[in-house]
Order: sequence, then C-alpha cells, then structure tokens
Amino acid sequence: MQIDLLPRERSTGLQNLTILIGSLLAGLLAVSVVFALNGVNPALAIFSIFRGSFGSWYGIKETITKAIPLILIGSGLALAYKAKFWNIGAESQLLVGAIFATWVGLHWGPHLPAPVIVPLMFLAAFLGGALWGVIPAYLKVRFGINEIISTLMLNYIAAEFVKFLVVGPWKGASKGGYPYTDDLPAQAILSHFSYSRISPVLLVLAIIAALVLGWIVYRSRFGYEIRVIGENTHAARYSGINFFRTSLLIMVVSGGMAGLTGAGELMSIHHYLSYPETISAGYGFTAIIVAWLARLNPAFTIVSGLFFAGIIVGGDAIQISMGMPAATVSVFNGMILVFLIMGDFFISHKLRIRTGRASHA
Amino acid sequence: MMKSVPLEKTLRRTQHLEMRGISKSFLDVKANQDINLSIKSGEILGLLGENGAGKTTLMNILYGLYHPDEGEILINGSPVQLRSPKDSMRAGIGMIHQHFMLVQKHSVLENIALGYDDAPFFFPHRHLRSKILELSAQYGLEVDPDKPIWELSAGEQQRVEIVKALSRNADVLIMDEPTSVLTPQEAEELFGILKTMCADGHSVILISHKLDEIMELCNRVMVLRKGQLTGEAAIEDVDKGKLAEMMIGRQIANAYPKAHCQPGEAILEIQDLDVDSDRGLPAVRHLSLKVRKNEILGIAGVSGNGQQELVETITGLRKGLSGKVLMKGKPLNHADARRAHALGITHVPEERIKYGIVPNLLLYENSVLKRHRDTPFSSWIKMNYGVIKDHAGHLVDGFQVDAPSINVKVKNLSGGNIQKLILGREISAGPDLLIAAHPTYGLDVGATEYVRKQIIELRDQGGAVLLVSEDLDELFMVCDRIAVMFEGRFMGEVIPQDCSIEEIGLMMAGSTPTEVLTHAD
Amino acid sequence: MLDIIVSVLTRTIVAGTPLLLATVGEIITERSGILNLGMEGLMATGAVTGFIVTFITGSPWLGMLAAILVGALLSMLHGFVCIGLRANQVVSGLALTMLGLGLSGLWGKPYIGRPLENRMGHLYIPGLSDIPILGDVFLNHDWYVYLAVLIGLLAMFALKHTKAGIILRSVGENPKAAESQGIPVNRVKYIAVAIGGALAGMAGSFLSTAYSGSWNEGMTAGRGWIVIALTIFALWQPSGAFLGAYLFGGIFVLQYMLQPLGISPNILAMLPYVATLLVLLIYGLSASGQRRMNAPATLGEPYVRGER
Repeated sequence: MQIDLLPRERSTGLQNLTILIGSLLAGLLAVSVVFALNGVNPALAIFSIFRGSFGSWYGIKETITKAIPLILIGSGLALAYKAKFWNIGAESQLLVGAIFATWVGLHWGPHLPAPVIVPLMFLAAFLGGALWGVIPAYLKVRFGINEIISTLMLNYIAAEFVKFLVVGPWKGASKGGYPYTDDLPAQAILSHFSYSRISPVLLVLAIIAALVLGWIVYRSRFGYEIRVIGENTHAARYSGINFFRTSLLIMVVSGGMAGLTGAGELMSIHHYLSYPETISAGYGFTAIIVAWLARLNPAFTIVSGLFFAGIIVGGDAIQISMGMPAATVSVFNGMILVFLIMGDFFISHKLRIRTGRASHA
Repeated sequence: MMKSVPLEKTLRRTQHLEMRGISKSFLDVKANQDINLSIKSGEILGLLGENGAGKTTLMNILYGLYHPDEGEILINGSPVQLRSPKDSMRAGIGMIHQHFMLVQKHSVLENIALGYDDAPFFFPHRHLRSKILELSAQYGLEVDPDKPIWELSAGEQQRVEIVKALSRNADVLIMDEPTSVLTPQEAEELFGILKTMCADGHSVILISHKLDEIMELCNRVMVLRKGQLTGEAAIEDVDKGKLAEMMIGRQIANAYPKAHCQPGEAILEIQDLDVDSDRGLPAVRHLSLKVRKNEILGIAGVSGNGQQELVETITGLRKGLSGKVLMKGKPLNHADARRAHALGITHVPEERIKYGIVPNLLLYENSVLKRHRDTPFSSWIKMNYGVIKDHAGHLVDGFQVDAPSINVKVKNLSGGNIQKLILGREISAGPDLLIAAHPTYGLDVGATEYVRKQIIELRDQGGAVLLVSEDLDELFMVCDRIAVMFEGRFMGEVIPQDCSIEEIGLMMAGSTPTEVLTHAD
Repeated sequence: MLDIIVSVLTRTIVAGTPLLLATVGEIITERSGILNLGMEGLMATGAVTGFIVTFITGSPWLGMLAAILVGALLSMLHGFVCIGLRANQVVSGLALTMLGLGLSGLWGKPYIGRPLENRMGHLYIPGLSDIPILGDVFLNHDWYVYLAVLIGLLAMFALKHTKAGIILRSVGENPKAAESQGIPVNRVKYIAVAIGGALAGMAGSFLSTAYSGSWNEGMTAGRGWIVIALTIFALWQPSGAFLGAYLFGGIFVLQYMLQPLGISPNILAMLPYVATLLVLLIYGLSASGQRRMNAPATLGEPYVRGER
C-alpha cells in the first residue's frame, strides 16, 4: 500500500467545512485522550465544559460576556493576518488602549456627561491601541524588523508599564494600598442587561465591528489591497499598491480594535485599571485562535468567538465541579489550534491511498 | 528494468559517459525525447538550444535530480542508476547550476565542507584547506578559502563551485549557462580554467545559447530544439551561421496579416537610459528608443542582456540611473507602477505567475488587478464587484479564457489561460502602450497564436506595443521593427521583411550589423 | 556590601541558567530555519515532568532525563506540523505554548505546593569551593549550572568547528544548496527542533527540581518568551547566549534589590525586551547591519523540496 500526497486543485465550501469540523472533532478527541490518560472521564469533562457554558442561562450570559472582547480583537487580527501581518501583540494593544481610556476617564470623566465621555474613552483607547500597533508596522516596513518579534516584545513592555503605573504613579488613593487606580466616574461606566455582565453597547459594537471588518476585507478597496498583499507581494508591487501606507493602516485598524476592547473591558467589567493579567485576561492570545477558526474572515469571529468564550466559561465551571486546574482551558485551546492548522494542510492537499505495488517503480 | 552495477565498481575515473534514448515528460510536456549523448575524457561538449529546448532537464537527469521515463546512463560502458545528486557525485559527475548553490553567509571552506563525505567530523575546515589550495594551484582557480561567499564576485563564486565539484572528484563537469553572470574578462578566465581541466583528463558539458562561446571552447556541439536532438557536429564542421540555423530551425513562419498603417506620433521615447541590475551591475547602458502609435517594436536578445531591467524601468518597478523616459511627452516618475498605469502603460510581465496574478484570489478578482482603483471597478472605498464580474465575464469570453467559471482561483487555470487572462486584462484597459515580455513563453500552439493575434489587433487599432521576446519566429511574425539587445545596448535595428533570422542570431551573439554583413559575404 | 555583591553574582548565575539552556536550544532550532515560539510551553512541561519524576523516583537525574525526553517529544509535534505539513510556524508555536502550559497545569495539579525531598545536588570540590568569594560565586552551584555552561560551550564549538554545525547552518541558510549536496534537509530540521525542545525541557526541570524545589502553575513566568528575545539578542550565537542569559538573569535578581533606591522593578523588567528591540533596530538600520545580524535566511519559511 502506498499513500500519496497530492496538491488539491480546488476545494469547495462543503469540503472546507467538513475539514474544519473534522479538525475540531479530532482536536476534541485528542483532548479526550489527554483527559483519559490523566484519569479524568473525558466524556464527562467535555460534557461538563459545554454544559457550563451553554447549558444554563447563567452560562450563556457569561459566554456572551467573554465573547465580546474575543470578537472585537479577533476580527481585527483576522484583518491583519489576511495581509500576512502576524500581529501577536493584541494583548498589549489592549493594555495601551486601557491606559489611554483610564487617563481620559479619570481626568475628564468627572466633568463630562456620559454621552460625551464614553465615546471619548473609546476613541482614546482606539488611538492608543493603534499607536502601539503602528510601531511594529513602521519597524517592519522601514527597517525590515520581523513583526512577530516586535509585537511580542511590545507585549511585555506594555504589561510592565501597566504594573509600573498601578503600583506607582497611578495607584488609587481610595484603594487602600492595592495596586489599582481609582474607580472611573459613574458616567464612564457601561450599564449591563439585568442579571448579567453583558453591556448592550459593547455587544452591538462587537457585532457591528465584526460585520464591518468583514465587509472591509471582502468588499472594499482597502480589503482588496490587503488580500493582494497577503497572497502575493510581488503582484502588489506590480499593481502599484502602496505597501507602506497599507501596512500602517492595517495595524491602525488591528491595534485599534484591541485598544477599543481594553476600554470596553474597563468600562463594563473592571471599572479601574489593575494588573495587566487581570485586564487583558489572555484575550489577546485566545483571539488569535478565534481569528484562525474563523478562517480569517472577520465576520465569522462572531461564531468562533462564542465557541472559545464557551470553552473559557466551561473551563471555569469544571474547575469548580470537577476540581480541574485552570490550565485545562489551555489544553483545549492548544490542541484545537494544532488540529486546525493540521486541517489547513488537507484543504490544500489530498491523500490518495493506493493498494498494490507502486506503478512507477 | 535495467540491471545496474554497484557504483563502487565505476569509481575509477570516468573515461566515457553515455546517455542512451533518454525521454522525460512533465505532465503533458515532452521535455526530452529519445536523446543520445556521449562524452569522452578531455572533451568539451556544447549543448545548444533556446530556452525551454530541454537542455537543463537533460542535465538534471544526469545529475540525479530527475529520473528519466526511459533510457539508460552508462559510465565507462556499465549502466548506472543515478537516484540522487549523491549518486551522481559518486559516479564522478558534478554540476554547476546557473544559480549557484552556495550559502552566502558561509565561507568558501564551509561551503565546500557541506556534504563532503571525506571531511572529518571535527575541524573539517582544516582538512579541506590544503586540498582546496592544491586544486587552486593546479587549475588556476584562485579562491580565498576563508572569505564569505557574499564578498565574492560572480566569477569567484563560480570558481568556488568548480573547486567544490573537483574536490568531490568530478570527472565530468556540467556547467549550466556559466557565462550568463560573468563579465567578459571573467568569462575569458573561466575558459582558460576549463581548457586546463580538460587537458588534465576532465570533460565538460557546457549548456549555452551563446554561439560565440560554443565556437571558442567546444570540441563538439549538440543542438536541442523542443525536446529533440536536431543536430550534432564536430566544431570544425560548423560556423556561427550554421549553428544559429540549427538552433532556431530553418522555417520562418509567415508573418501574420496586419493592417497597413503608417506609424503615428511617438508614444514612448527613451533617451540615453542607464539602469543597474539588482546586483548593482550596469544592465541597460545608454539606450535610446522610440515606440510609435500603430507600431510593434520587438526587442530580440538572449535573456539577461538587460531586457528585464528595461521593462521594469518603463513600468515603474525599477529606478533608472540616468537618461529620460517620456510617455506621451511626460516624464515617467520612476519606481511607481501606479503612475505608469495612469499614463496609459499596461504590462504583461515576464514572470506571469509571480507578478501578473494573485494565484489564491478568484478569477474575477484578478481581472482588475492594477485597475482596481479605476472607475467603474471601484468608487471611493468600495469595490464594485457587480461591474467587476461583468468585466471578468467579458474577458473570459472575449479572450477565450478556458475556465469553469469566474469564481475559481486563478491558480487552478493552465498557464495558457492565465496568460490569456492577463493579456485580456491589460489589452482591455485600452492602453496607449502595451509592454509584453515573453508573452507566449511556455504556451501551447493554439494559445500562442491567439496571444500574437491579439497583440497585432491592438496595434492595428492604434496602440503602441513593445514586445520583448527570445523567440525570433515570434518577433518576425509580429513586429514592425526589431531591435537587438546585447549587454544592455542595441546592436542594431532591422525591418523583419528585409532581414534573415541568421543576421539577427549573430547580432544576438554580440556582433554589430557591419560584422554581420562581412560574415554574410 | 561585599556580601551583597557575592550574593547578587551567585544568584545571577543561577537565574541565568535556565535562560542559557533554553536559548541555546532555540538557537539550534532557529539555525535550522524553524521558529519555535513554544518555548514557554515546553519549559513548563519540562518543569512539571521533572518534578513529578523526581518526586516519585527520588532521583533528580531521572527527573532531568524525563523532562528532556518529554520536551523533545512535545516539540516534535511542532516539527511535524511545520516541517511535515509545512504549516504556519507562528501559529503552531503559539499552539504549542498553550498546549504545554495546559498539560503542565493538568499534570501538576496534585503536586502543587508539595516540597521536593531530593533536589538536584551541588557540585562540591574540596578546597576550591571553599575559596572565599570565587568559590561562592562560581563553584557552589548545582549540577544544572555546570551542565548549562558545558552545553553552551559544546554548542559554540559544534556550530563552528564540526560538520554537523556546518550542515545545520546551511540548512537554515540555503536548504536548496544543502539538498543539492545530498543533505537530508527535513531530517536535519527535525533533529534541530527535537534538540531545542529537549533543552527547553531541561531548563524547565531546573526550575522545579533545583531552583525552587516545588511545582506551581505558571512557574516559568514568561522565561520562555525571554528566550525568544534572547535568541535575537545573542544574534543566533551560543556565545551571545552566555552574555545575554547572565545579563538578563542579573536583571531578574536586581529587580527587587534596587527598589529601595527608587528604581522601579517594572521598568527594570522591561529592559530585556527593550534591549532586544534596540538590537533589532540598530542592525536593521543598514543593509550591512542586517547581514551582520546573522538571522538565518530562511527562518520561518516552510521548505518545499523539488522533484522526487
């Protein structure tokens, strides 16, 4: 018997969906094996996770709460990845957005009404994230510095800077020695649907953002240029696309979306700036898988964002119900991502299994 | 299935190498058909042919990179199996590729130590240094063993490749277009080295399409055309004219019917242009030309003589050093493809898959590449995909692109259909000037015919065309004037009707028109 | 005062040890053209494996061996995805980090907060180790410290002066040229990825079985990411890894010692990352600088063989 790998000439939507679902199932299977080896009943664990996230009103509401930042960041990442700009700095773009929003909120908030201060904080956060995102873009197009490395370095720089702020100059007078800033003024706080932590403003913002970014990638001129750059830089040059301007703009959008998320989390959930791990909560990294599962279509992050939010919420649930460690979620995320990228191979290649002796020997 | 002798038995020096009845196909292209080749020690065999004639395929088979569909290879009379470059190296065959297989950052020593079986595990450099110096002295191959490759000139890098092959006891050396990257002086030095080597019992197979160097260097020459052996002769029995004839083929097809129109005003005017190549060497030197309305100007020449750099300068992909490029009297702002496009230049690029399309985007998305900012294809920020799809549909119909639909990825189209799509896109833009580089290279007969007719039609309707091609038949059939380019300059200009293909062949090899005339007498 | 200096130097060498081990591993991996962003996950897995095996068997040497094996095995997953399936190395590396952190959390849960009875032993050379100052700083460490130095020196030597080193570097620089010389390019890459994973695993087991003697979730504390930065800072040279690892280790140690002097530990903690960006910037300013920077030419690019 002989197994041949051949390039797949064309792939249909149905094939792609089958491979996608196949990858997810294979990922779940692999997770099951890990659980089983660890003496945990895999069926029960996986069931508990999805029951925790989608099996109750409380779970669903929490899932939506956590899906919002994932969608906001993931849709921006999808846009950047479409141009093959590997922004893995969403984590810190979120933090810088939160820093900007905090400053605006604390300084101007007390003197301005809610309809002014809320958009102002969003705007400031978008600008902050965009600024932090444009740095690696500029370093890349101007000095050829790899954006993977620079965004990674900037993640740590921003995180340390937030720590510096909250234990140092921005430490709140009202927080009794804890490393937090003071609370944002009441008019800068986003209200929630009752008995939930879902902010209607953020929910609408996330859905609109995903759809608009989807439109940009697939229907706008900017999106056309993004896709040409991502698929063939030579053709981009041939067709006169301005590489410098487009790259910077891509990172303004991608970084800005993460920054915006920082403001949203602050205004809806935390109400004050604190340790970076609390504020970003790993959303910047998880959103990378969200974008990948959405096959880099920003609009699809609505679905993939909900899926991974579900795993986060379910992961929290089994910590309590089954005594599993917090890291369980990472096993899920990592394993599913591995199988997703393995699946990509089978979108571009097909296996042909032949029996008998090879013909061309 | 042939029986083969263990390689060890052939490990005495290769005196005589033979390829018998070699055939090789790639998908439906027959790259080699029933080719026989033999070479004895001390010989230099020239392998002559145009691009795509099958020279490189044949040599890759000998170097173990490809496996022949049919045929056998014999060394000193015994059949051998060459499954990989390692087998070939052990059989005493060395190959120097056109693009050197060297690690730029590593030293000469490290490059030669790579894959060198006899080098010790520890301190392989030390062991090799003496060997390299010995070989250098023996054949006049001066190389500094400790210099990194990137500091070396092309000629020096080539010497490293030769030393590398010799250090692995290569008796038969295959050289693929060895002078294409060399200055004339470096080429002379190389010839000296090769002659010394052959006097010492080595043999060389020289792949080339330069007639001069074949005449100067080889004992024997074999000519390939379209995968077949079309001639073989001792060098004393041929001259350059004869070789050109063998390489190009006797028949000159008739010119396509063209409307009789008087060329109009100059559309593109180039004065005294100088351009450097990527390596920083002069590629285009003091070149001037004019392309007029209703006219096709052909540029003939062996590739690598500055045609690519010339085209890139006109289309805004490369900066010229000095001189003027005027499009309809307006200076072209260099290094900006948008500006060239705005001035009415369209471009069918030489490397069509690399530059001309985005393989993973759909056909209709590719149908407006470069025109995607023009109305009606986009307005403000929005792409008008309705209009674009209509346009793609027209292109597919009008230019006979064979595609299942306009919703397929372009990478799934055949080369010919990709080229028709690009040509259609560039012609349908209604350009004042079309620049087509090797537009029919690699296409089948039908597609070739079609592409040429479309270019003529554009000219008949008032367009100006600059056609760069290595295919002389094509230039003769299509062009109104042909300029021959050699080492960045025009050697001369001819009118196809009043000129023979041999004359052009000689100019391509670097003769000036006066020399050509004397030769013809 | 002298006490403080001796203590800082001693602790610097200890803090630099895991960085040195893993950075040498990443350098070897990247030299073959494969970028492995999964070091944090590999170190965490190594740490938990080393701890559990030491805890159960009582032998820190067995723990080290197990951590090396598990690190190599797990990184082969990255190898398979990137080399065999030619997938995106960035995403695969991130997946590996998540997976490694997850697995370590899962496996280590029952061991959290349990102290290790048998930690890795110290090298004690009678006489020499007793020399004041010098003996304290250099000759009073556990075996990992010396193994790390040995491995770093070995890598330095092997990369420059052995055939294996030339082959490894050539594969990362110009796989086509290597292939044309009969080098099995993909096999070399797999081996390099496995070595990188093994050294990351070893670095992890140092943290749990020698440095702290306990297991805690998140005990790698971002060291795996520092290693990515260090690899660049070291300009892909093991000699640079020595300098970088001990320098960054020193910053770790000083972070909280300088706080009373009014220097923020957080600003100090930024230094490794800022320094790496600066190195990139300085070398990125000119084309000759980019060449001197020495980044493997095909780093991160999947290699597709020609025919055959």
